[in-house]
Amino acid sequence: MTNASLSFAALGDATRLQIFERLARKPSSVGKLAERMAVTRPAVSQHLKVLKGAGLVAVSQEGTRRIYRVDQRGVEVMRKFLDRFWDQALAAFKDAAEEREA
Amino acid sequence: MSSVEPVRKQIVVDAPQERAFRVFTAGIDRWWPREHHIGKSPLKRAILEAQPGGRWYSVSEDGSECEVGKVLSWEPPRRLLLAWQITAAWQYDPTFVTEVEVTFTALGPNRTRVELEHRDLERYGDKAGAFRSAVDSAGGWTKIVDQFGKIAELPDSTG
Repeated sequence: MTNASLSFAALGDATRLQIFERLARKPSSVGKLAERMAVTRPAVSQHLKVLKGAGLVAVSQEGTRRIYRVDQRGVEVMRKFLDRFWDQALAAFKDAAEEREA
Repeated sequence: MSSVEPVRKQIVVDAPQERAFRVFTAGIDRWWPREHHIGKSPLKRAILEAQPGGRWYSVSEDGSECEVGKVLSWEPPRRLLLAWQITAAWQYDPTFVTEVEVTFTALGPNRTRVELEHRDLERYGDKAGAFRSAVDSAGGWTKIVDQFGKIAELPDSTG
């Protein structure tokens, strides 16, 4: 719960949203992100730290570089929601289908 | 982005195949969960139009209409393919599509297996699908998580 609220807050910053959108299109290193944006490398690092803390971005080591990408866990929140939603909806559907029709 | 496992559900109902299909579609108002309505005023009616390309929407008490999606394939009484176009910000987005496939298999004259698959969920990770609109909307993720919390508190259903 808290994690998803945190995700929402993390994307409230325009630069962070921009970084997130770039990573959604293509995983990237800090250096590559900074090259194409009007912010310094340390600033990009700082934003990535917030995004990572919110569970939106994951990092992996590729050779000497650290590659950032969009974390699937945000998607998992939605998936879990729909999983429970359909349980509830189908239970109600079953009751309606088995009801004697007037 | 990598793919996300679809949500798959199965339920057996004591009803003929034709009736199961009819209750799921024309009778959607009888079972659609009220509390997940996306409009501002309370939900009055849920409607699924019985034809290919048919609208899937709800009508609020104040008369306003909220789209959920549309009918992609209409194959009574065996199969139904729907487009679910609600983003993670709990808003309808005509450019956002996830598929819900529902099949009805007759197990006997009065027994039907209903299988549901909600797929393309990786699209919730696309910027068009979720995060952009989540940021733009007032409720955003916080709202959907509240709703998720309400559902998660319910006891698990059998079937």
